[in-house]
Amino acid sequence: MKPVVEVQNLSKLYRLGDIGASSLRESLETFWGRLRGRQQPRPNQRKEQDRLIEPSRRGPFPGTFWSLHDVSFSVAPGEVIGVVGRNGAGKSTLLKILSRITEPTEGRAILRGRVVSLLEVGTGFHPELSGRENIFLNGAILGMKRTEIARKFDEIVDFAEVGEFIDTPVKRYSSGMFVRLAFAVAAHLDPEILLIDEVLAVGDAAFQKKCLGKMGEVATRQGRTVFFVSHNMGAVRSLCEKAILIEHGRLTMDGHPADIISHYLSGSLADNDASDGEIFWGEDNAPSAPEMRLRAIRLLNPRGEPAATFEADKPFSIEIHYDVLQRLRGARNSLTLLTQEGEVAFCATDHLFQQETQNPGSYRAVCHIPGGLLNRRNYIVSLQCDIPGERYVMPIREYVSFTVSGAGNQSSNFPENWPGIVCPKIEWKVEQLAAAEVVL
Amino acid sequence: MAELTTTPPFEIVVERSRRWVNINWREIWDYRDLLLLLVKRDFISRYKQTILGPAWFILQPLLNTAVFTIVFGQIAGIPTDGIPAPLFYLCGQLGWNYFSQNITTGSATFVNNAHLFGKVYFPRLIMPVSVIVSNLFAFLLQFIPFLLFYFYYLIVEANGMDLHPTMKLLFTPLLIVETAFLSLGVGLWMSAASAKYRDLVHLNQYLIQIWMFGSAVIYPLSKVPPHWKWLVDLNPMASIVEGFRISLLDRGTLTLPQIVITLSLTILILISGIVAFQRVERTVVDSV
Repeated sequence: MKPVVEVQNLSKLYRLGDIGASSLRESLETFWGRLRGRQQPRPNQRKEQDRLIEPSRRGPFPGTFWSLHDVSFSVAPGEVIGVVGRNGAGKSTLLKILSRITEPTEGRAILRGRVVSLLEVGTGFHPELSGRENIFLNGAILGMKRTEIARKFDEIVDFAEVGEFIDTPVKRYSSGMFVRLAFAVAAHLDPEILLIDEVLAVGDAAFQKKCLGKMGEVATRQGRTVFFVSHNMGAVRSLCEKAILIEHGRLTMDGHPADIISHYLSGSLADNDASDGEIFWGEDNAPSAPEMRLRAIRLLNPRGEPAATFEADKPFSIEIHYDVLQRLRGARNSLTLLTQEGEVAFCATDHLFQQETQNPGSYRAVCHIPGGLLNRRNYIVSLQCDIPGERYVMPIREYVSFTVSGAGNQSSNFPENWPGIVCPKIEWKVEQLAAAEVVL
Repeated sequence: MAELTTTPPFEIVVERSRRWVNINWREIWDYRDLLLLLVKRDFISRYKQTILGPAWFILQPLLNTAVFTIVFGQIAGIPTDGIPAPLFYLCGQLGWNYFSQNITTGSATFVNNAHLFGKVYFPRLIMPVSVIVSNLFAFLLQFIPFLLFYFYYLIVEANGMDLHPTMKLLFTPLLIVETAFLSLGVGLWMSAASAKYRDLVHLNQYLIQIWMFGSAVIYPLSKVPPHWKWLVDLNPMASIVEGFRISLLDRGTLTLPQIVITLSLTILILISGIVAFQRVERTVVDSV
């Protein structure tokens, strides 16, 4: 069977700085400069710009960089392929090229089948139109015929759980309903190739689960191919049979998701981890959303000192400092602890204690992890903030890793790796019920 | 449970276009439902929620006509070819307003849809074409004040003018089609240019204003001095506006060479506009 997607030496060159439309004046200046025999009107500025580009991604001309460089791979029909990489690595560029939103600079991709891309939930939805009208419009934008949409209509409405609101303008929908409807349209398109970029970062957890289930069904039952870009390693791990890792515009790994995730998580945290259990962000580089901004994450040992290694039987705490920028109602911070391989160890939330409104200002949330819980291994702290039943404020992302060392833990009595994502202190009682008869 | 059998196996090759023109007509035809739904969307969003929206399309030409009658008719004394002044200006605005609305919205295709174009693929030409179709509703609304005045002069007060419908009325649909094609071509050119040079957005507005004065909206072609005639001949809109007057009011002058020039220019602008548009369209999301 021929691969359904074949990507051959795909590259995309972008110009730095003036990614926005150039001004007529600039073009005229360049033209005038050329007339007078000067090649580059502002050579100094060009060099200045180039210093911002990592050397490996510099393009052939000054001020250009490779967003994607010489990427090749192929995908068999029915495969769910996870695309993993840091922000700015080129994942979105790859998806934009595959969905034909922009042309590649070099190389090519052969797609055997209809492609539907879901790079954002609700693209093209119009607030004044009713849910029904938006289903048809959105379906058509994504490349469906009216008859196809009509055939799937009931299924879409069912899946989205909008019920009697179907004839209400979507501007009156709650954001949860809006997201559900938007995803439902795309999920029912039945394309041969479905490209999904981070869209599951919106919507509440229950709906996320439903979407993941739907995507799995699309792939396994209907034999469709799904490209899944996500920072949610748990989802990539559970959903994908194969993954590719994109780093600095190049494809660096292609294989089993568990290996890719492990490689990605250890690599992606390298920069942050230099700080040994503490990360502080300035206002300009902090992970932020319109409503909130992270300021610091600190891992503190029982003496209150930042550390990246903890003893298994001693408690420690994770401190999160954040700024609320706009009034937030009913938001919940959750902390997910992942293993190096991307499995979820556990998930904890401050929700029970913080149901009220948070006004703009600085906050600190502390999560106490008891001793005698974790296993001897590396863990990764990922955080997210959402409003349950409605939407995500900050999508899930991994931030910092730490190691649990064996001292005092039952597993530490043994030299080999102790299996299990956690290793809780479990009481054992061994007693002798009766003495064996001593045979002399 | 494989449903793959229902769809024919086909291949899409994504690579840099090397050909000068690369338009997939078949694909555009496949997306015809989208065109209809976009028109429906425009219609609903424009007319469903507002009362003043549609009323504005009737009021605007009436207000313009009042101003034109006073300024150009009474003060400047520009003759109206024996047609009652309100009827003359209302008729002149019919074709012109449709044209100017089309190029105003059409020229902003990339700027207004930057977000959508950055997230989904569909043949981009659908967008400007849908604008032309949905503006037809506004155009039809503009016919209402014209018809009111027309019947008033026809029945109540002839004003010394021999006003009666003729077979030339049959040209009106053709003129509408020509206006649509010409405005599509101009809009495509403008959108392609302003996607590359954002400063041109402001120039477009100015251009439309100047263009109106050159398009016989406020004066009959017969009053153009001979040494400016070449300029009017080169402006397809001037002939179209005069054409509307001939067709609806049976007054005006158009020579055969003028008609031939207008039609050829319209076709030339439309075809070159499509080419310019699709060349910009390929990588426009990288720059808008």
